[in-house]
Amino acid sequence: MEKVAGTAFLIASSAKVVATFTLVLLSVAYITLLERRLAAFMQDRRGPNRVGPFGLLQPIADGLKNLLKEETSPAAASRFYFFLGPMLSLMPATVIFAVVPFAAPLPTPWGVVDMIVADLPVGILFVLALSSLAVYGIVLGGWASNNKYAFLGALRSSAQMVSYEVALGLSLVAVLMLAGNVTLTEMVWRQQQLDWWFAFPLALAFLLFVISAFAENNRLPFDLPEAESELITGYHTEYSAMKFSMFFIAEYAHLLTNSALMATLFLGGWDIPFWRGDDMFWVGGALVSGFDATGAPLLAEPAWWKTALTLAAFAAKTSFFVFLYIWVRWTLPRFRYDQVMHLGWKVMIPTALAYIMLIGGTILVLDALRTPYGFTYGLVLTAVSLVATGLFVFVLDRDRIIGGADLTRRRSGTEYQRAEMIVASDL
Amino acid sequence: MTRPEPGRASYVRAALKGMALTFRHLVNPHKVTYQYPEERYPLSPRWRGTHRMEVHADGRPKCVACGLCPTVCPANCIRLVGGEDDNGNRYPIVYEIDEFRCIFCGMCQEVCPVEAIHVGQHYENAEYSRDRFVYDLDRLMAQDHPVTHLWDPSDPRTE
Repeated sequence: MEKVAGTAFLIASSAKVVATFTLVLLSVAYITLLERRLAAFMQDRRGPNRVGPFGLLQPIADGLKNLLKEETSPAAASRFYFFLGPMLSLMPATVIFAVVPFAAPLPTPWGVVDMIVADLPVGILFVLALSSLAVYGIVLGGWASNNKYAFLGALRSSAQMVSYEVALGLSLVAVLMLAGNVTLTEMVWRQQQLDWWFAFPLALAFLLFVISAFAENNRLPFDLPEAESELITGYHTEYSAMKFSMFFIAEYAHLLTNSALMATLFLGGWDIPFWRGDDMFWVGGALVSGFDATGAPLLAEPAWWKTALTLAAFAAKTSFFVFLYIWVRWTLPRFRYDQVMHLGWKVMIPTALAYIMLIGGTILVLDALRTPYGFTYGLVLTAVSLVATGLFVFVLDRDRIIGGADLTRRRSGTEYQRAEMIVASDL
Repeated sequence: MTRPEPGRASYVRAALKGMALTFRHLVNPHKVTYQYPEERYPLSPRWRGTHRMEVHADGRPKCVACGLCPTVCPANCIRLVGGEDDNGNRYPIVYEIDEFRCIFCGMCQEVCPVEAIHVGQHYENAEYSRDRFVYDLDRLMAQDHPVTHLWDPSDPRTE
């Protein structure tokens, strides 16, 4: 089977763009509903269930309301940037999805269509570049509002982005070393070949990536740019109607793309576990599913039902991360600002650096021993990673890390004891 | 409540514990919310809400215009103009209650010698304009919700 080409390629690509964009925006709308419902259930409430069956029309009602509301803009705001802010934050969040492969290639009478909008050779770099662009929308919006709370939120957002983008990128380096390239489709293929999803051989990178992604997405426990209790609603304090809604769509689109990305990088993308039939990749113009003992390629058999199944697998994995995001948000309290910085600079970045050394060394040893890239290769890395993760969690759990103000008091022991005595004498 | 020793709190374990708790509530929510328009909170027999004027079998109000309720009313929300018919029976010409001013203390019902005016077990009295909140005699007589028991007849201690 040949790859689709010519006019058919153009039509297929346009169809994929339309379908993906619509699906992403639709999912975003329903993630807001899911978030509100799950939050309600976790808090023994019922959540929005009035508009339509089970509240299913609630996102539409919300959208309609936001479109019809009055657009206000503060008198002292910088109007141009005030309008630019929401647009800039929405754009990167939706565009990132273009490089995420969402199913196995689909055979059509005109050739095989890759189930990815744009199979960029620089996949991960594109994602990193665009995801850091997202903060510009927040910073511009917060600054242009001419409001101290919005400005503080924007400031926090940029500081947080700078700190956690490093940890995010560094945790990705481990993935890149194991995958050997930066294309997302090939990463899925490499995970299929390894027989291990990268979440296991690179467990610590997975953990660090998830934490950094939470911080990058400004989700609890890192939602300092919003921080309702301190900053009203942070960077979008002055926004109303659809511009306000656009910040929210951006946040949820970011959540969705981040989830899809984590599924692709660490949970094998659209790969169905324990099944070789869905493994497919273009090698030298042919779609292969693997190699036999002599190294000769085995041709893959793409089928529409395989595409459907892998799409379902991808959706399930992405939903898992979306659920994780929501679950964490409605459980953990917000970090204090210095704790976020502390965690980012003094924990995440050194750990990620040390982990790169560890994984790099292990890969070097495995390659020197001529271990074939496969199950055993993954098993060794998994063992190493699990030890590293265990150590990391153990250290984190001993409260060397998030002590905050109390930790400072404890370190200057005499002062702490004096404070204790004062409290005791007051009683 | 026991708090961990200062600086000894474990973040990872505490976070996991919290996640477990929220997940338990997610799969087994203790739903306590009433689905309001369909499901209603059971009112106490002593709930004091919107007023109601009791009516004789022939449709006349039971009120004898004695003037006790406007006198006792602490919010001064009852307006009563009494009249007398040819047989010497007193009756209200004007009887108005401003439900906006009313504090629903129920003293009008307590003081009424002929058990005419009552507070009732009813609370959904929203209106589109303020003047609609002044209930006149016809409107008070037209109310059909159950009236309040100011005390529980089966329990003498409450009297």
